[in-house]
Amino acid sequence: MKRYDCIIIGAGVTGCAAARELSRQNRSIAVLERRSDVCEGTSKANSGIVHAGFDAEPGTWKAGMNMAGNRMMEQLSKELDFPFRVNKTLVLAFEESEKEGLLKLFNRGKRNKVPGLSILDGDKVRELEPAVSDKVCAALYAPTGGIVCPFEMTIAYAENAYRNGVSFFLEHEVVRIVKKGIAGHTYQIETDKETFEAPIVVNAAGVYADVLHNMVSGQKLHITPRRGEYLLFDKSAGTMVSHTIFQLPGPNGKGVLITPTVHGNLLAGPTAMDIEDREGVDTTREGLDEIVEKARRSVPGLPLDRVITSFAGLRAHEAGRDFIIGECPDAEGFFDAAGIASPGLTGAPAIAVYLADLIEKRYPAGRKEGFVPERKGMIHLSDLSVPEKLRIIQSNPAYAEVICRCETVTEGEIIDAIQRPLGARTIDGIKRRTRAGMGRCQAGFCTPKIIDILARELNLRPEQVTKCKGDSALLTGRTGEAYEI
Amino acid sequence: MRYEIAIIGGGPAGLAAACAAKEAGCGSILILERDRDAGGILNQCIHNGFGLHTFGEELTGPEYAARYVDKARRQGIECRLNTMVVDISPDKVITAMSRREGLFTIEAEAVILAMGCRERSRGALSIPGFRPAGIYSAGTAQRLINIEGMMPGREVVILGSGDIGLIMARRMTLEGARVKLVAELMPYSGGLKRNIVQCLDDFGIPLRLSHTVIGIHGRERLTGVTVAETDHNRRPVPGTEERIDCDTLLLSVGLIPENELSRGMGLKMDPATGGPVVGENLETSADGVFACGNVLHVHDLVDYVSEEAASAGRNAVKYIKDRRSGKRESGRRVRLRAGKGVRYTVPGYLEPEHMDESAVIRFRVSNVYREAYVGICFDDICVKQQRKHVLAPGEMEQIRLLKKDIERYPGLSEITIRVEAGAGSNQAAL
Repeated sequence: MKRYDCIIIGAGVTGCAAARELSRQNRSIAVLERRSDVCEGTSKANSGIVHAGFDAEPGTWKAGMNMAGNRMMEQLSKELDFPFRVNKTLVLAFEESEKEGLLKLFNRGKRNKVPGLSILDGDKVRELEPAVSDKVCAALYAPTGGIVCPFEMTIAYAENAYRNGVSFFLEHEVVRIVKKGIAGHTYQIETDKETFEAPIVVNAAGVYADVLHNMVSGQKLHITPRRGEYLLFDKSAGTMVSHTIFQLPGPNGKGVLITPTVHGNLLAGPTAMDIEDREGVDTTREGLDEIVEKARRSVPGLPLDRVITSFAGLRAHEAGRDFIIGECPDAEGFFDAAGIASPGLTGAPAIAVYLADLIEKRYPAGRKEGFVPERKGMIHLSDLSVPEKLRIIQSNPAYAEVICRCETVTEGEIIDAIQRPLGARTIDGIKRRTRAGMGRCQAGFCTPKIIDILARELNLRPEQVTKCKGDSALLTGRTGEAYEI
Repeated sequence: MRYEIAIIGGGPAGLAAACAAKEAGCGSILILERDRDAGGILNQCIHNGFGLHTFGEELTGPEYAARYVDKARRQGIECRLNTMVVDISPDKVITAMSRREGLFTIEAEAVILAMGCRERSRGALSIPGFRPAGIYSAGTAQRLINIEGMMPGREVVILGSGDIGLIMARRMTLEGARVKLVAELMPYSGGLKRNIVQCLDDFGIPLRLSHTVIGIHGRERLTGVTVAETDHNRRPVPGTEERIDCDTLLLSVGLIPENELSRGMGLKMDPATGGPVVGENLETSADGVFACGNVLHVHDLVDYVSEEAASAGRNAVKYIKDRRSGKRESGRRVRLRAGKGVRYTVPGYLEPEHMDESAVIRFRVSNVYREAYVGICFDDICVKQQRKHVLAPGEMEQIRLLKKDIERYPGLSEITIRVEAGAGSNQAAL
């Protein structure tokens, strides 16, 4: 049995952000994550948008956390060293009748105190974004909308939490939570490996948050995984638009958007399909076709021949349509961060601060001496100036050995990704930390080399190297080896 | 560092260009190669069938490469391995990096682009489904098996009947894997006929034309794919879906010339080939920058790569000489146009005053044609027809144009290559 003062379940952006904010306090903290890496669920497959805040109903958690998170992002991205850019947002109207919808968003935004909102006419929109449809007659313009790298943001939070003493237990799936004791309660948390105990639990389990919540509370939650599929385009299409471009929201969300990514690709999606399967991250023909059809309404010249990959993620949509944040009324010490669908990525920093403050108020522990707020990100050689490149290469020649040619990722970066705290153990882990394999050849050339490096650095046989742990080995053995079918 | 000619890529194109440039009298040549050996993709092509045109014998890929590597070595051509070129400026300053030398620059009087091509990925096809381990491009699987000595899987489905896919069907079978099926979206194979016979038929591996993969199963490692028949619009036909269990899906769905550096330089590109637009001397839109091999357009046979590259090498030497003697000026251009049934031509134009006695025009057709003719038209006049039993997109065609013929039409502005059903009526005598 392992005892901690506080246990966080789930190492997505919400859980990792909560871990970091709680690590400012004087308590022992552990994060339990069923997958083999942080950022393996909802946090890895979303739009990467820092929403301006005009979408959520005023007075909801979503509105409050969106606004607060948006305001925090600039400072946070510097402190934790992850890519964030204010690229501004447009919501398009294609017909006169849709202008009313824009006005509604505008007013909602005003009530949420979104700064700088305005409504532009069609010509002005095309002046800003020449690639949008001729049919666009107006747009809502939000100068505080931005984009972020969701992987780097989550990993940055996790690394900083780790630096500040938080323990991470990856590949630990929670199977049962039992509340013990009457005066001075504690939670016993059984995982598939070992059992943990803590008086404070933060439930940040994404699409499984209802399952965990319902283990300790009579006030049941119900989360529906809402699948969103995306198409990612080559960097040569990355400047097709510069703003994040929405259409008017529908009943199931904000609709299909087109946006540049912080790394210079173009992203289109998501669809919104409620499904049963909490692991249902498969893409569908219908879904991919739907993105194309809808995205082309905004940008008719979308270069479909430059799609480099498609993927799907699940949003944890709670039946009450809002975030569930706070202490469970009938389970003291059990704090939910549940139903964190969009704008969850934007809201995560604010949710984490709110929860940490709330926990401190309810169960004071005091501030910890020596908390380090800064985290230094990885060196991405291709982002550097020539003198900086020369300096880095001089100090470590592995930074001159290009492994992924599409994204110009060097061996030095890959070794760093493996060796840094909470380092990569899989091909996917390397990919999310370095972008190796994310380019236009989609890992065709670099896979054999990365298998080699992972095997060498982790002291594995090549056939033990996996894409994402579990049964995802890349190789089945050596040539000339006997085997059974 | 300054060289007369810098060659980007030490595969078959780069090596042949270097050897030919040396023979033509070039003093200083540098090859920059990103891999640990020269020879390029040939090093992983351990099957035979290379070199029939060039050497009159059947060699394996590594043997074919070795002939050029040895020759280049004997000629004293400098080759830097494990070196990645990251940028070429319009004034031909090359920025490269390697573990040994760090980040460095090289100046060259002429540059020859010979970076080869890469494979189209799953993402480019937007095959729906999960994203498990076990999906590889055929060339990646080839590298894993033939270079690394590792097996990517045991139960295999191959999508696409490009040559590498066909070769890998045989290779994986020989290594003890079970290749269940090769599915091809088109009603015809994109590979060479001889490969279909030798790699599929001889091993009893079924080739299903007009079929594609419409679903990918398995969350961690691939467990199976769904294959379906496709209609003439290449859309799956409902009711024909079949699930096939496998742990590996290889993709052989096309090659793309790797022109990141060319685009970075702002070269004029041909959307049909994916390579730079060149004249008959293989010079691109940038002065003194030449292109050859698969970076220019995807070839089927390495022999033609070598031939084309040698020509680029000689032309680069000529360019340097002309430039030094101040003779160099651009001439009148005759455009080469891909007419009906032809997807592209390389080169994209000719300069009659500068061309040699003849020029080779390489092209691909856009469909399968039987008992058809390749027609050559000088402006509106059809000057020649060549009968062909079979024309297929998978096999590159070539014709030779003679300078003396072109000079007979002084006002000529355009030469069209097209596929014709039968003998034309307005045929002019050559």
